[in-house]
Amino acid sequence: MSLVNFTTREITCKIVYYGPGRSGKTTNLQYIYGRVPEGRRGRMVSLATQSDRTLFFDFLPIDLGSISGFTTRFQLYTVPGQVYYNATRKLVLQGADGVVFVGDSQARRYDDNVESLQNLQENLLAQGVDIRQLPVVFQYNKQDLPRDLILSPDELDDALNFRGVRSFGADCLHGHGVFETLKGISELVLQRLAAGSSAA
Amino acid sequence: MRFDGFVVGAANRLAAAAARAVAESPGTGYNPLFIYARPGLGKTHLLMAIGHAAQAINPALVVEYVTLDDFVEAFHTAVGAGQGDTYRRRFVEADVLLLDDVQFVTHRRETQAELLRLVDQMQAGGRQIVLTSDRPPADIEAFDERLLRRVAGGLVVDIAAPDYETRVAILRRKAEERQVVFKAGVLDTVATLALDSVRELVGALNRLVAFQSVGNAMLDAEQARLVLGVRATASDVPPAPATTAAIPAPEAPADEFGEFLSEVAETLTRQVEGWRRRVEEAMARWEGQGYRTARLAGLLDRGVDGDPAGALASFVADIERLQALQAEAAALSDDLASNAVFRDPDAVVAAEEFLARAVEGASPPPPPEGIWVFDDLVESEGNRVALRSARETAERPGAAYNPFVIVGGAGVGKTHLLHAVGNLLVASHGSVVACLNAQDFSEELIEALERDRVGAWRARYRRVQALLLDDVQLLAGHERTQEELYLLFNHLVEQGAQLAFTASAEPGEIEGLAARLASRLAGGLVVHLPPPEREVRQAVIERLLGARYDRVDPELAGYLAGRPAESVRAVQAFVQRVEAAADARHAEPDVALAREVLEGAAPRAPRPAAGVRTSGVGASGFRSPEKAVWEWPDIGERLIEEWR
Repeated sequence: MSLVNFTTREITCKIVYYGPGRSGKTTNLQYIYGRVPEGRRGRMVSLATQSDRTLFFDFLPIDLGSISGFTTRFQLYTVPGQVYYNATRKLVLQGADGVVFVGDSQARRYDDNVESLQNLQENLLAQGVDIRQLPVVFQYNKQDLPRDLILSPDELDDALNFRGVRSFGADCLHGHGVFETLKGISELVLQRLAAGSSAA
Repeated sequence: MRFDGFVVGAANRLAAAAARAVAESPGTGYNPLFIYARPGLGKTHLLMAIGHAAQAINPALVVEYVTLDDFVEAFHTAVGAGQGDTYRRRFVEADVLLLDDVQFVTHRRETQAELLRLVDQMQAGGRQIVLTSDRPPADIEAFDERLLRRVAGGLVVDIAAPDYETRVAILRRKAEERQVVFKAGVLDTVATLALDSVRELVGALNRLVAFQSVGNAMLDAEQARLVLGVRATASDVPPAPATTAAIPAPEAPADEFGEFLSEVAETLTRQVEGWRRRVEEAMARWEGQGYRTARLAGLLDRGVDGDPAGALASFVADIERLQALQAEAAALSDDLASNAVFRDPDAVVAAEEFLARAVEGASPPPPPEGIWVFDDLVESEGNRVALRSARETAERPGAAYNPFVIVGGAGVGKTHLLHAVGNLLVASHGSVVACLNAQDFSEELIEALERDRVGAWRARYRRVQALLLDDVQLLAGHERTQEELYLLFNHLVEQGAQLAFTASAEPGEIEGLAARLASRLAGGLVVHLPPPEREVRQAVIERLLGARYDRVDPELAGYLAGRPAESVRAVQAFVQRVEAAADARHAEPDVALAREVLEGAAPRAPRPAAGVRTSGVGASGFRSPEKAVWEWPDIGERLIEEWR
């Protein structure tokens, strides 16, 4: 997928929220949806089960208007976190310009985080994408839970973020860290625009 | 307008540095200095500053500042009053000439000629000339090519729109000059406006100064926005205009999306501006070297189809191609190299064609030699196939037999036939025919390699409609020549051009000839030229004798034709010997003389003494007349050397 189309002067960024089931990916999108002015957001598509588990994926298009002469759009996706929906995850991951890995801060979900991160790497690799070359940020959600139930962002960084990319503590339910995370990944993705231009 | 009042930022640093250098030592460094920028970015300011600074350093300097319009008007007035020379002296005698708004020179040929003369005279006299324009020299319509070269020979610099920081610095300095104090954030607000020039920026500042001076209180940022007609609500952050480094307005912290949008806009603007800057830098660089950059300007105006870096790279590649072509042209002549076609990256094809024409004009491929014509060839039983197929080849080039290969021993007339085909092609089709010896072909390539002109060499042969190569066996072991010939062969066949070769043996039997070449040669028509038969020899002898004597002795011709010969060249040799002997006796040749010369019968000169070894002498007389000397200068000093 082309990030920048210089012919139509459009910039489209596809950002995928990835992570274990129930870590809060859809909550991220819902919070963002609630903060985007009506004229700038598209319809949020969410395919969920009756118990609010994402069955297929969530999709939230955001229109940022014209910036420097480029019509700029962000497309936010989430993947279904449950292990058995890997085919869907692969599909959604295709052509992603950036990935937000939403980790669950609860200590008991530690293994799920590791497993999901490994799954992300595998799925990217299967598409010929090296995770080291793709803009990725970490978000450690549910930091509002009691301290004895969760790991701190530093502890989670030690456990998951061994490449030292940007990470954000968050409480998506109340919105803490949601936009910070979005800003962080957007900046990385947009910086690649310049890198791409100077590469040749 | 002095350097002190000129705020230097990234966009104008080079121009300012060059201007200072010129002011400090006029006529020595960048001469002429050409500064271009959109209106209102400080060209005139710099021009004036140069003048002031130069005079401050050396008050004796004569500095002339004039706009092009004034220059033209003064010229017309002076010419009208018959004082053209006085007018010229005025400028030529200036130590520093500052000429503003040169872009108005468009379509004024006389003025351009005058300006060219002026630039030349001032450069020769070590005097400084500084020009400004609102566009790069290459974009000034109908700008004299010689003038363009003079300008490119100096320094061409541009001034871009100031960046945010420079805009703030300019506003602060202007406010200081006016002794007006603004609240924090007001000037920063002005600096974020989408204003194209410093002049507009200062205009906005003036408006604020005026409003503040009539009010009772100092304006704050929000009021400043209102005064300048800018909406300020965070959710309405306007899309940043493409031409400015827009800094998003401060947002209400509660508006998370607005804040996000601002940051994205800032990042994106920075990236896009980065790309834009790279294009602008490339434009400045190549314009400075005298190249047209309309394509890059198009990138900025319209965007590109695909990757801008790719578009930039392709532009640079085209310039490199032009430079290579120009270097080839320079090897032919400097005049060719200075042609404007080598300055337009959008006209690479035109430059290639121009060079190809020039190469052909300067060095056409070697034509067939006119003395070898078809009518001089004598048809016989043995050479009938070769001659008839050769004629057919010449009549239907590229269609009858391609390639046409003539095989035969030395001196049987291969070269004659090859050139005869070439002459027929030239005569009947007006074709461009290259006809040369394979050894010469190889030598030419070596010379082209030495002079790094293989491209031109190839072009020279690729344009021919027929390539006739004599003695192709001489290419044995010449790997590179064979490779080039192979490529040329394929190219010419594809173009429908005729190829013909001569060889001493069947192509497949020539040692050291690449198989791919041999097979291509064998794939056409290979004909054999046998040693000359009697009727051929008779015709050749009669022609040779007829060319020297009024009457050809039929008995002599018959006798000579009856002698066996492996080649036409051998026939020519013994005819010449008979002629030489006849000349020595001041008589016309006859059979007796011929027999005496060629068979050694009744030689007039005394024989060498018996027992002395002589070269070529046998018991029955002179076996080999070639090795005998018939008349010695002094018989007493005869010396017979023993051949080792």
